[in-house]
Amino acid sequence: MKLPLATAWLSCGLAVATGCGGHSGSGSQLGSGSETRSGSQSSSGSSSSGAANSISVTVNSGPATIEYINGLFTSVTVCVPGTTTCQTIDSALVDTGSVGLRVLSSGAGGELSLSLPIETAANGNPIAECNPFINTYTWGPVRMADILLGGEQAHSAPIQVIGDPEFAAVPDSCSSTGGTSADTLEGLGANAILGVGVVPEDCGGICAESPTAANTQNPGNVYYECPSSGCEAAAVAVENQVQNPVSMFSTDNNGIVIDLPAVPANGAPSASGTLIFGIGTESNNALGNAQVLTMSPTMLSFSTTYSGQTYTSFIDSGSNAVSFLDSNLTNISTCTSTTFEGLYCPSSSATLAAVNVGVNGATSSVSFSVANAETLLSSGADLAFGDLAGTSVNGEYIDWGLPFFFGRKTFFAIEEAQAPGGSTPYVAY
Amino acid sequence: MAPGVARGLAAAAGILALLAAPRAASASLGGDVSSVTVDWSRLNGVDRVVARPDGHVHEIRLPGGTIVREYLSAADVVFAVTWRGPFRPNLRQLLGGYFEVFEQEAQAARSRRPGRGPLVVRRPELVVEMGGHVRDFFGRAIALNLVPQAADAADIQY
Repeated sequence: MKLPLATAWLSCGLAVATGCGGHSGSGSQLGSGSETRSGSQSSSGSSSSGAANSISVTVNSGPATIEYINGLFTSVTVCVPGTTTCQTIDSALVDTGSVGLRVLSSGAGGELSLSLPIETAANGNPIAECNPFINTYTWGPVRMADILLGGEQAHSAPIQVIGDPEFAAVPDSCSSTGGTSADTLEGLGANAILGVGVVPEDCGGICAESPTAANTQNPGNVYYECPSSGCEAAAVAVENQVQNPVSMFSTDNNGIVIDLPAVPANGAPSASGTLIFGIGTESNNALGNAQVLTMSPTMLSFSTTYSGQTYTSFIDSGSNAVSFLDSNLTNISTCTSTTFEGLYCPSSSATLAAVNVGVNGATSSVSFSVANAETLLSSGADLAFGDLAGTSVNGEYIDWGLPFFFGRKTFFAIEEAQAPGGSTPYVAY
Repeated sequence: MAPGVARGLAAAAGILALLAAPRAASASLGGDVSSVTVDWSRLNGVDRVVARPDGHVHEIRLPGGTIVREYLSAADVVFAVTWRGPFRPNLRQLLGGYFEVFEQEAQAARSRRPGRGPLVVRRPELVVEMGGHVRDFFGRAIALNLVPQAADAADIQY
């Protein structure tokens, strides 16, 4: 079963010369000069709403060979910095649980064939990254690109290229962080990850701390320098780390809004909505009556109370399901089939009610239903589910995944930015 | 968030006939107290020891802020490790002889579960769970056959 690519994203005409939804060639020309490029991108890349600060997003199957469940996809254009040599990448996953643009190389089954300049340290060594995800990691060099999203642009942004043939060898210290490598199309499930979480860069000050005599290893094995002798963990200045493209926009840079329609119980084949840049900066991104829940600036999380207990929680468009505690706490049975291990399989749909609590003390009730995951996923052509849920780690936290977003406008304000309604970082809905 | 899955991916070969025996002294999980010392050194951490009724916990604070806890029984055998912080620690070091089977099971679990979400590996002798998001990653690994009777898995916190 194949679903159409994002229907409202009209990138085929201008941005990519050689095919829409297939593999595009490198060096596609968008226009002449940055002014023209900006105009071209507005007409080619903006959403059906026509606003320069928004792009269309669609829950669909993702890349042609993947049938992604609850994946929120869009297209993103990358250009050699300061030039009009660009390529549009389709099926980029919109992920509020990570930060920065990561694009899968064509050499690893992705679309990116554009040759982008590598970021180098002061000593000339190329910089690479081992970025942790919830159950995977991605490895590859940091390269520089102009990122075009609708009418917004991030100039000379450090991005990660995943599966880059020039950096094929994954250091042991990277693979030793556990989980599986997401350096192939099957592993990543997308042609790119567009990380638009609530911080300006993916790692922050910790990754910028140089090794000391007492601590000779760089913490975390996240950033590396890669001289010809091999890659070694290294400190990288905050501004040279992979950046949240939204933070680099000249306007509408204090956060995002994800606006998705409700989907029927038991799912829908697809769902289309809008990713809007900025909060309270334009007519289409006013906070309105949304409840602001501020977050811990270190953990980037808030709290959820359920049955009298309080748990850590966060909202992540990149998680396919809501991960909600465990069967002992919810009294909802998990699926017996190993295929659906860790997901909930109630005999009939159950309803859970919880209260999200911000660091600012603000509260917001959430009620959601949990359907039988095996039934949802075993039949039909549906790929968008508002009632898909499973257990979390040790029954101790709640990950409000993509099902949370259906039927809501969800706001994410970026740390250190000024946004209406509260101190950042925050989430509001 | 983590890349992910799709319906229709064939279940990966989940055949794991042989589990490497944990190697004491070169490993942490399943190792003895000397392996903990190795971990302080290899992980470059700062250590403190917290007593438990049935043993003790070595808490290692890594340079980047991630805290690793190694649970030792009264017989000084590491029966669980947990972590929480901005990065995952070196799980190959922490899981020792269990790392290989963990990796294989992680691949199989990821092929099975239709989604990006927490990773859960369950085998008769081993449980590994991990999750998180940008700036906050956490998890735990428990060698079930080594857990002292007095200890409860629910006590093993990250």
